[in-house]
Amino acid sequence: MCLAIPGQIVSLGPEPHLAVVEVSKVRRQINVDLLRGEGLATGDWVLIHVGFAMTRISDAEAVEQLRLLAMLGEDEQAMRELEGYRFDEIR
Amino acid sequence: MKYVDEFRDPRLIQRAADEIRTLAASDRQFRIMEVCGGHTHAIYRFGLDTLLPSNVELIHGPGCPVCVLPMGRLDAGLSLAADHGAIFTAFGDVMRVPGRGGTPLQHKARGTDVRMVYSPLDALEIARQEPKRHVVFFAIGFETTAPSTALTIRRAQDLDVRNFSVLSNHVTILPAIKAVLDSPDMRLDGFIGPGHVSTVIGSRPYEFIARYYRKPVVVTGFEPLDLLQGIAMLLRQMREGRVTVENQYARVVADDGNAAALRALDEVFELRTFFEWRGLGFISQSALKIRERYATWDAERRFNVPAIEVTDPVAAQCGEVLKGALKPHQCKLFGRECTPERPVGALMVSSEGACAAYFGRAARQGAAASLAAAGASR
Repeated sequence: MCLAIPGQIVSLGPEPHLAVVEVSKVRRQINVDLLRGEGLATGDWVLIHVGFAMTRISDAEAVEQLRLLAMLGEDEQAMRELEGYRFDEIR
Repeated sequence: MKYVDEFRDPRLIQRAADEIRTLAASDRQFRIMEVCGGHTHAIYRFGLDTLLPSNVELIHGPGCPVCVLPMGRLDAGLSLAADHGAIFTAFGDVMRVPGRGGTPLQHKARGTDVRMVYSPLDALEIARQEPKRHVVFFAIGFETTAPSTALTIRRAQDLDVRNFSVLSNHVTILPAIKAVLDSPDMRLDGFIGPGHVSTVIGSRPYEFIARYYRKPVVVTGFEPLDLLQGIAMLLRQMREGRVTVENQYARVVADDGNAAALRALDEVFELRTFFEWRGLGFISQSALKIRERYATWDAERRFNVPAIEVTDPVAAQCGEVLKGALKPHQCKLFGRECTPERPVGALMVSSEGACAAYFGRAARQGAAASLAAAGASR
């Protein structure tokens, strides 16, 4: 339920609340409204929850979080969730 | 030390476990509650409880969203689809929660339009794609998830999507902790504070627990080493006679939380006077309802959602487990009538529920034991 998926920002926009993230080669659009005004940039890592970036994390923390998901047996579920975000036009 | 070798840095884990043993060396019992269901899941997945001395006991708290969802709310949500022809949308975890007339998945099998979504924005998009239907998003979750619902409602307003509404079952963690502390049969010595909830609310709101209840709190991450360090930090406070809120997870959690998320929550939601929690009963000011100015997107106002009170199955002892009075395996139904495949109580539904976490560990141990036995007999 409270799955937090690390994603790396590959592009920002087109609208200010949108960004495209990449996780394990999968790219999806997410909502970054909760981090607006924090100067998000391409290459930054964020923790994603139900389609929204919740917090910015370091590169090292992102690696840790991916490993943790695998250790918890939740990595496949995380990828299913990410691939399940498919309503690009609204975000 | 069955699990230690599997960790990335077994020496650090060993050192943390040794430190806990030193700090806990005494005649007394230490009862520590991990509030968050994600922590419960991690503790059992990694077998961390087996690394603790016998006088350090972990009690599983109420921080599992589907576990505390009262059955009547689910029935009310499903009735919007069955009686009003709405499309019922919810996260995957909700799909297997038993209501009076079965789970959402069972309703779907009987022809009700039930759809799983990964994001509340997905539910909003269904409403845009099907303008002749009404789409209800059945919202659950603590402060981690509620800001996403708030932003989705604002988005519905911006885009003027009027065939979309939210049935809010969002709850807030602090009143639940307070209810646990006020419960007469609850003896606790400290709290492992939630990780992801705290990214939104920060670590400061827990200060009342230290100040008024004189119990230490350590906001903690989800790695095995995080959890052991969190426990050690609690024990060290107790040993040194300090009572304060500490943040072990500062690499992710800011003390002040996320200002944008808190603003979104405040703009869209207000506190309910009362809300029913499964297993814990009615807790005042513990849940979020949608503010009047967003009434168009509030399923409760639009459909006059009835307050249905449904008691849990009599034989299931979910309430006692939720309050830490019983261990999961001490429930009469555990592993017999109630399993993750066929859950009777909500604690068996989510991997964050204490019963499902317990069951999963027992199953893995059982598998390991039978493998070992097969190896020995060869």
